[in-house]
Amino acid sequence: MIQLNNIDKVYATNTIETTALKAINLHVEKGEFVSVMGPSGCGKSTLLNIIGLLDSATNGEVLIDGQSVQKYGDIKLAKLRNQKIGFVFQSFHLINDLSVLDNVEIPLLYRRMSGAERKRKALAALEKVGLKARTKHFPNQLSGGQRQRVAIARAIVGEPELILADEPTGNLDSVMGAEIMDILMRLNKEENTTIVMVTHDEHLAKQTQRIIRLFDGSQVG
Amino acid sequence: MLKKYIKLSLKVLLRHKFFTFVSLFGISFTLMILLTTTAFLDHMLGPAYPETKLDRSLYVLDMEIKGPEISRRGSISYYFLNKYVKSLKTPEAVSITSFFQKTVTYHDGKKYKIAMKFTDAEFWQIMDFNFVEGQAFTKEDVTNINQVCIINQATKEKYFGNESAIGKYIEADWKKYKVVGVVENVPIIRILAYGDVWVPITNTKEDIVSYSMDGDYQAIILAKTKKDFPAIKAEFQKHLDQVEFQDDTYDSIRGGADTILESTSREMFGFDDSKAHLLFIIGIGLMILFMMLPAMNLVNININRIIERYSEIGIRKSFGASSITLVGQFIVENIILTLIGGFIGLIITFIVLTIFNTSDIIPYANFVMNFRIFGYAILITLLFGLLSGVYPAWRMSRLKPVQALQGGTK
Ligand SMILES: Nc1ncnc2c1ncn2[C@@H]1O[C@H](COP(=O)(O)OP(=O)(O)OP(=O)(O)O)[C@@H](O)[C@H]1O
Ligand SMILES: [Mg+2]
Repeated sequence: MIQLNNIDKVYATNTIETTALKAINLHVEKGEFVSVMGPSGCGKSTLLNIIGLLDSATNGEVLIDGQSVQKYGDIKLAKLRNQKIGFVFQSFHLINDLSVLDNVEIPLLYRRMSGAERKRKALAALEKVGLKARTKHFPNQLSGGQRQRVAIARAIVGEPELILADEPTGNLDSVMGAEIMDILMRLNKEENTTIVMVTHDEHLAKQTQRIIRLFDGSQVG
Repeated sequence: MLKKYIKLSLKVLLRHKFFTFVSLFGISFTLMILLTTTAFLDHMLGPAYPETKLDRSLYVLDMEIKGPEISRRGSISYYFLNKYVKSLKTPEAVSITSFFQKTVTYHDGKKYKIAMKFTDAEFWQIMDFNFVEGQAFTKEDVTNINQVCIINQATKEKYFGNESAIGKYIEADWKKYKVVGVVENVPIIRILAYGDVWVPITNTKEDIVSYSMDGDYQAIILAKTKKDFPAIKAEFQKHLDQVEFQDDTYDSIRGGADTILESTSREMFGFDDSKAHLLFIIGIGLMILFMMLPAMNLVNININRIIERYSEIGIRKSFGASSITLVGQFIVENIILTLIGGFIGLIITFIVLTIFNTSDIIPYANFVMNFRIFGYAILITLLFGLLSGVYPAWRMSRLKPVQALQGGTK
């Protein structure tokens, strides 16, 4: 599913260069549930953003389904993100001006689909995360856990093969965190969705099939 | 696809109520200023009642005469115009008139203040007045110093109510004039045609026969076609070279037969032609700049409106919106916004012009929003919409999704 070959990422500002990732080699099989761990600032988010095509690597090669995306232009990258990948962020990243339903529909807006079909799929996704009763609410009328469930509904509405979750439980208490983890586990088991999740929580990480540990931009296990 | 964009845009605009309001306000206000200014300029400098032949008219309004001791600039004597302008061979007609003068008159014991203008018969040929009653006075009336007059509708209603005015008398400037015609009102910004009462120029108390260079008269030249302008100008310059000064007060004269734009610029900026041209261009530039200020402000509002949505852009990109799609959406959003704002602007302009037309701020004003201005308005609106939509959208589209997302959380 994912193959990273010798990935470096250097952030260069006018004054300093920060090496966020050094010579990362990584392979994730289809259907795997992998967690990424490491201290703050070690490059976990950077890694996830590169896998998710939200950012480009300084050196190295990213392969999605065996296809190197290095030479892909904006339109092709957008299409890949739209078809294959769903994101869940620590800070939810919902659009506050849109209702829950409209938020969940976003990935489908960039596909050929009728409005009725979009709505049907969005409602189905919301049902999966147990939020069907809140479709007309706005994000700021929901609790943190509910917001993250909306974000998961948005990530799965397009039935992507890969879900990238950056500390999805980071802003939640342990009960709500466990709920979110349950949803992800179910997705992985029932729909064979590949999941890469960044987390600080050893307990959650242990529930996944494999843990990738980063330290100071390098892979340590 | 377009339908989806439009639906999306309307949703977004309704959600961002404050920004939508500010933008709409900016757009409609900008447009209102632009439209009112154009209507004003159009009304003043474009062809309109009764100066419909403006495009083939030249004016001698602003002459400079110099002598050893004095020099003066502005309108000039009837004697000069009669001898050196009326004698031009190329034009179809030349008219000499006075500037309008306010005089006090009495009628039925009531006091009226009216604008009186002395004209020749050609004036009625060059101008395109609409006669409600009667007709213009003739060359014979002028030659024979007949005490006849033409009045406008407002004056007619004040003096005679609903009755016909033809054959009745009006007293003005200590003379009694018989009304031979009634014309529709002329707004004051049509300054060369404006008046309440027009009488044959020979009725003036001034001596217009003897030699003199000083006076308050002006000439309007009607060319057969616009193509004759250079020939007429050249002929007039030739006449200027032949001017005979009969006393020592003045010994040189400068000026020209100008189009309305040229004469406006000459009045503002003086005689030196190259300098006048330069200043004229600077003046126009300043005016455009003045009109562009609200437009730039509008662009600014729009850019901010889009920049405020960094995080939204990051999110949409993360879930599969390409830069082109986003740019498309912002353009549609802006076009919709500008069209709505444009429509509101048109309505406000209409109200403002109506207020001008019906109030007494400008006597007999008749500003119209013609279809030409309407067309300009739509074009200008769209231009602003695109200008303020494309640029920020293009800038934004160059961001990586992760940059936009981070910008949004900062
Ligand atoms: N846009 C950027 N410009 C410059 N440096 C950056 C940028 N983004 C991240 N970095 C740096 O890259 C390094 C890795 O950052 P990253 O966000 O990947 O860490 P992380 O492991 O996700 O940390 P956390 O657990 O706190 O989320 C850090 O040193 C960070 O300061
Ligand atoms: Mg992080």
